[in-house]
Amino acid sequence: MSWDWQYSGEILPDLLRGLRYTVIATLAGYVIAIVLGLVWTLLRRTPSRVFNQVIRWVTEFIRSTPLIPQLYFVFFVLPAWGITIGSLTAGIITLGIHYSTYTAEVYRAGIADVPKGQWEACTALNLPRSRVWLDVILPQAIRRVIPTLGNYLIAMFKDSPMLLAINVAELLFSAYKVGSQSLQFLEPITMVGLLFVVVSVISSILVRRLERRYATT
Amino acid sequence: MPPRNTDAAGPGDAGGSPSPESAGTTPEAPEGAAADTAAEKGVSTQKGAAPEGAPAAELPHGAAPGIRFEKVVKRFGSNVVLRELDFTVEPGERVTLIGPSGSGKTTILRLLMTLETLDEGLIWIGDETLWHMERGGRRVPANQKHLHEMRKQVGMVFQQFNLFPNMNVLRNLTEGPVRVLGVPKDEAVERARGLLDMVGLSDKENAHPTQLSGGQQQRVAIARALAMQPRVLLLDEVTSALDPELVVGVQDLLRDIARQSDLTMLCVTHEMNFARDISNRVLMFDQGQIVEEGPPDQIFGEPSEQRTRDFLQAVLAS
Repeated sequence: MSWDWQYSGEILPDLLRGLRYTVIATLAGYVIAIVLGLVWTLLRRTPSRVFNQVIRWVTEFIRSTPLIPQLYFVFFVLPAWGITIGSLTAGIITLGIHYSTYTAEVYRAGIADVPKGQWEACTALNLPRSRVWLDVILPQAIRRVIPTLGNYLIAMFKDSPMLLAINVAELLFSAYKVGSQSLQFLEPITMVGLLFVVVSVISSILVRRLERRYATT
Repeated sequence: MPPRNTDAAGPGDAGGSPSPESAGTTPEAPEGAAADTAAEKGVSTQKGAAPEGAPAAELPHGAAPGIRFEKVVKRFGSNVVLRELDFTVEPGERVTLIGPSGSGKTTILRLLMTLETLDEGLIWIGDETLWHMERGGRRVPANQKHLHEMRKQVGMVFQQFNLFPNMNVLRNLTEGPVRVLGVPKDEAVERARGLLDMVGLSDKENAHPTQLSGGQQQRVAIARALAMQPRVLLLDEVTSALDPELVVGVQDLLRDIARQSDLTMLCVTHEMNFARDISNRVLMFDQGQIVEEGPPDQIFGEPSEQRTRDFLQAVLAS
């Protein structure tokens, strides 16, 4: 079995189309994950004990179950209750919610890392609750967790092929399709690996640059 | 009975200004150190900014409230830190709290700043209780709104400065006035610049706290507390975290503030010479109660209690 360059060239457009969906799903899912994660964290800090525990167990449940059953649940079970969503949208939502339970932990740790003295200075200055969070605590907490949040972007990107379980035409799915048509899998699957490496390396360079920018000031 | 507000508690009129002898014999302020501090302060030094003794425009003025603790109890778990503590601070008075660590002196400041909650007793600021409010003729625990109103009178400077590292110096000083007091942005900036000038850091308004020395950070923190125009200023071991050569600059600044304002000041410190300069009265604490109190010369010169003597000896030895 030898590498077929011509075949590789022919399937590349298909694979790039697949990569486009992979990137779209990852980025859109990531936006959901970083926003919803912060929402979980802040909800867990409300004064109501019962409410906090409910949030805690919901997120714990989502974090402790695998992604593929969650995808099946959103894509195959929800329609039975009258909620029908397209496969890409379902994939994005599921990926976003799944990872939001991880980013919630990241935010929680970041907030816990802000020194107690910062809270005390806020009290001494009599700052209202909203200002304490928006002007003092969150800017410091988020700066601390940017590297970790960036790593989750890459982790999410690498988990995105699981969306093929619900027929999202992402990269691995496209590779599988072209491979099964020609029964030549070496080139498409290898190229999937290479494309993943290229995108991962580019994003980790971007993440590191972001990290450096926030570390200096 | 709450202490009454007096309208014109003149700055340092009860002997608040340090006697020239004690300033001259301060062993921690050798010539070299003073020169270093002046250099560190930058171009505009406090001495040049305002004539000695004249009230500086930046400093808050107006009736400073007195403070009164009535049978105050504070526990941490089973550890009783303050046991039925009673004491009064007159409006505009400068009081230094001394005593071994764990004697409850910092807890007193933290209760006044509402950083700890009160277990029992009453704390009066002026003619209002800090931790309680009147509802239908009955005294009930204070809600957030009451605490917010009461806190407006109080400012605090911390041992660890606690400046906001995500904001530059100017924003550290304007955040409170703009967000809490509703001062227009321009006015807040102008006042902040005045305060920075007073603490000798006019050239640092765009710097971030991490770019400043400890002494500079603490002077910014003092300016930040004053920007909120408090009537009561709490100083919690404000020079303990500083390198020795930076202590004098911060102490000089606080001496000037004490001289030029009519703030009620409560100060926890281990720097006995500073305590002697700044305070009208010294309270010696041990195990959550006042062991001895009196004017600084008496407490530091001829203390009557053995525990005070032991403590002062231990501090001088260290």
